[in-house]
Amino acid sequence: MEQPLSTLGVVADIFDGYRLAEAWDEMFAAPGKPRAAYDALVSVLQPMDPAELRYRADQLARVFTDRGVTYDYAGEERAMPTDLIPRVIDAAEWDLVSQGVRQRVRVLEAFLADVYGPGRAFDDGVLPWSLVVTSGKFRREVAGITPPNNVRVHVAGIDLIRDEQGKFRVLEDNVRVPSGVSYVLENRLAMTRLFPALFSDQKIHQVDEYPARLLAALRAAAPPGAADPFVVVLTPGMHNAAYFEHTLLARLMGVELVEGRDLFCWRNRVYVHTTHGRRPVDVIYRRVDDDWLDPLHFRPESLLGCPGLVNAARRGTVTIANGIGNGVADDKLIYTYMPDLTRYYLGEEPVLDNVESYRLDDPDVLGWVLGEAGNLVLKPVDGAGGAGIVIGPRATGEELAALRAEVRANPRGWMAQRPVALSTSPVLVGQKLAPRHIDLRPFAVNDGADVWVLPGGLTRVALNEGELKVNSSLGGGSKDTWVLDRGRTAEPLETAKDKLAMAMPAAATAPELDPLIITRQAGPDQ
Amino acid sequence: MNGNELLSRIAETIYWTGRYVERADDTARLIDVYIHRMLGEAGTDSGAACRALFGILGVPVAPGTELDIDVVLFRLVFEPQSPSAIAGSMLGARAGARGIREVISSEMWECLNVTAHSLAGQKRAAERLGPHVYLRYVRERSALFFGLADSTMSHDDAWRFLVLGRSLERADMTARLLLARMSAPDDLGWPVLLRACGAHESFIRTHGWAAEASRVAEFLLLDRLFPRSVVHALATAEECLAALSPGPVRAGLDDPARRPVGRLRNLLEYADPKQLTAQLPELLSTLQETCVDASEAIARRYFQYQTPVAWERDG
Repeated sequence: MEQPLSTLGVVADIFDGYRLAEAWDEMFAAPGKPRAAYDALVSVLQPMDPAELRYRADQLARVFTDRGVTYDYAGEERAMPTDLIPRVIDAAEWDLVSQGVRQRVRVLEAFLADVYGPGRAFDDGVLPWSLVVTSGKFRREVAGITPPNNVRVHVAGIDLIRDEQGKFRVLEDNVRVPSGVSYVLENRLAMTRLFPALFSDQKIHQVDEYPARLLAALRAAAPPGAADPFVVVLTPGMHNAAYFEHTLLARLMGVELVEGRDLFCWRNRVYVHTTHGRRPVDVIYRRVDDDWLDPLHFRPESLLGCPGLVNAARRGTVTIANGIGNGVADDKLIYTYMPDLTRYYLGEEPVLDNVESYRLDDPDVLGWVLGEAGNLVLKPVDGAGGAGIVIGPRATGEELAALRAEVRANPRGWMAQRPVALSTSPVLVGQKLAPRHIDLRPFAVNDGADVWVLPGGLTRVALNEGELKVNSSLGGGSKDTWVLDRGRTAEPLETAKDKLAMAMPAAATAPELDPLIITRQAGPDQ
Repeated sequence: MNGNELLSRIAETIYWTGRYVERADDTARLIDVYIHRMLGEAGTDSGAACRALFGILGVPVAPGTELDIDVVLFRLVFEPQSPSAIAGSMLGARAGARGIREVISSEMWECLNVTAHSLAGQKRAAERLGPHVYLRYVRERSALFFGLADSTMSHDDAWRFLVLGRSLERADMTARLLLARMSAPDDLGWPVLLRACGAHESFIRTHGWAAEASRVAEFLLLDRLFPRSVVHALATAEECLAALSPGPVRAGLDDPARRPVGRLRNLLEYADPKQLTAQLPELLSTLQETCVDASEAIARRYFQYQTPVAWERDG
């Protein structure tokens, strides 16, 4: 795989020197052989001057800074680094992914309803109840609360990776407050503005439907009796890493963005303070973690939430989305039971497989994992943002020793996985393209009647060479993600313009600019 | 929320965003005029002129401090921490706008965001080409911001709070200028005063070059058509307040936020132009007090929201 790609010995093109890594490459099946989905994209990119690409990439960063598309990194606003080269998924493959994601969300919903309801799966011995009560994210405070339309996972982000054979697998489920959808929307907007040529002759699924879908799902989740539900987005405030996303979603949905101090509860009803007195709130799309949501039930020192929210939810006067206590479903030990739960609740085989994983409750498995720690990935079961994950083959001796001690002391807190070489995609580094590992987070919205999956989702990129963690908190970036439509080619621009021209009368011009009038006025002098 | 009601916290932020942008604009005009006068006139006592500038903007100067143009630029223009300096006001406006991005239009947010990010570059340009570049940039960006507010945002309550903030800041600034002129007439000629309010051309078109000095005070205070006159600014503020709280009232006005503004507008409108010069000191000090009162009354009426609750555990 060391030979550089070069085409017919003409001028050096931007794919010269692109060397495939030891992983599935998204763009190239073999050196110089793009995969079918990438044909059109490669033919547009190939003749480009690398300096030109670099210029556009810098413009892209500039646009994000100007628009304030940022995330908070160690107390500082940073523009989300976006790579210029899109990731493309063909229609057939997307069908599989979206089907798998929808199935996954249905299982997660059923599981959460069971955990905070009858607990059938535990009686039937599918998984032990002890697993639930030992999960740090289980919230017994909400047991017995049935949400109005039975939805707890209003928004889900299911993280997928592609393994060495090109097969999509689920890496983890996120059903607490999955973030990143704002970058999907902003990436597409910026790319169409800065690099329209890339989109020529391709028909790509739009992503701008998301806010409307989310709002519809939130309204559908409102307590019965709310004729015109009042929906708010609850943010921890400006210093939260995802603050930009909170403002974007509130703006695109046309709802209020509130902070904890704007809310108050009175007689089990939630209100906001407005310039015209108080106004009752029906649905809270909260982007505040469970722990900080209600100081009466959770952390008493929290100023980010509002005392009384849980009681109001129990009383059924307000819907909290996503549901409190959802974290028990994305616990990484529960993850290992997802195939069984799929068969149990839906009677279906899983569409998307997990990454091969090992539970450490069995002493034999634990012993084997401790021995093999250098060849495995170990993850804390309730971690988020890539924190605490140890990739065995990359770890030093001391790190492994510390890890072994920690795992031995608390086997419930850890799980092990086979290290997967995430698929790679070309990323612009300086003026060259180089392979970097990527993942995919499709977003699903559940309105109670149907689960809708946003076409594409967020492709995250590990910007450092060889890095396998893609989280933005670890210096990751993102890519615009295209799902090709079956139609493939768009209506030619000229035809579309002609149609438009026929419908529109000519634009009016000011009288001075009309040559006829000038002639007439000039008449008498001659 | 249909534009009829607004979160109190948001209303407050947008009001201050309007004030800060207007303040940056007004200060930029003022300093631009001052500096060019100092550079243009040989033999002016630039120390006194600088002291007057600090006085107008209400920035205290320690006695015995040497004041020159560099100090003015440093403390009143480029200083990012002070809400009285141009950079400080713009950054304050940007920080506020960041918290109300979903209420103002994204173009307005982007305008302030880009402005804040560009200030450092504009400062470098100013160090090479003179402060005018920077000051003009700030004026243009303020105009762009308010232009975008007018053309890209619904004229709802949020917009009214923005305009309300801008109007009160404008009335306050014009009052400050007139007060400064009164205390040191020699340092601040009428043409300079007019230019500092962006009123020079309008004034000449209205009254001609030959007009006497008393006309200037009348113009800046009472002109109903010039948008930077005090009466115009107060009338705009009053319209906003009336629209914010349209109660059916048969007798009297039961709106504590509107009362100080309305009273003052009346006082000014019915002032006798012939006696204006004599009444000026009294009018101006009332004007200054009213701007403060009005801002406080508006805060009491509209910006009341819970302060964070602290919880105590028993035992």
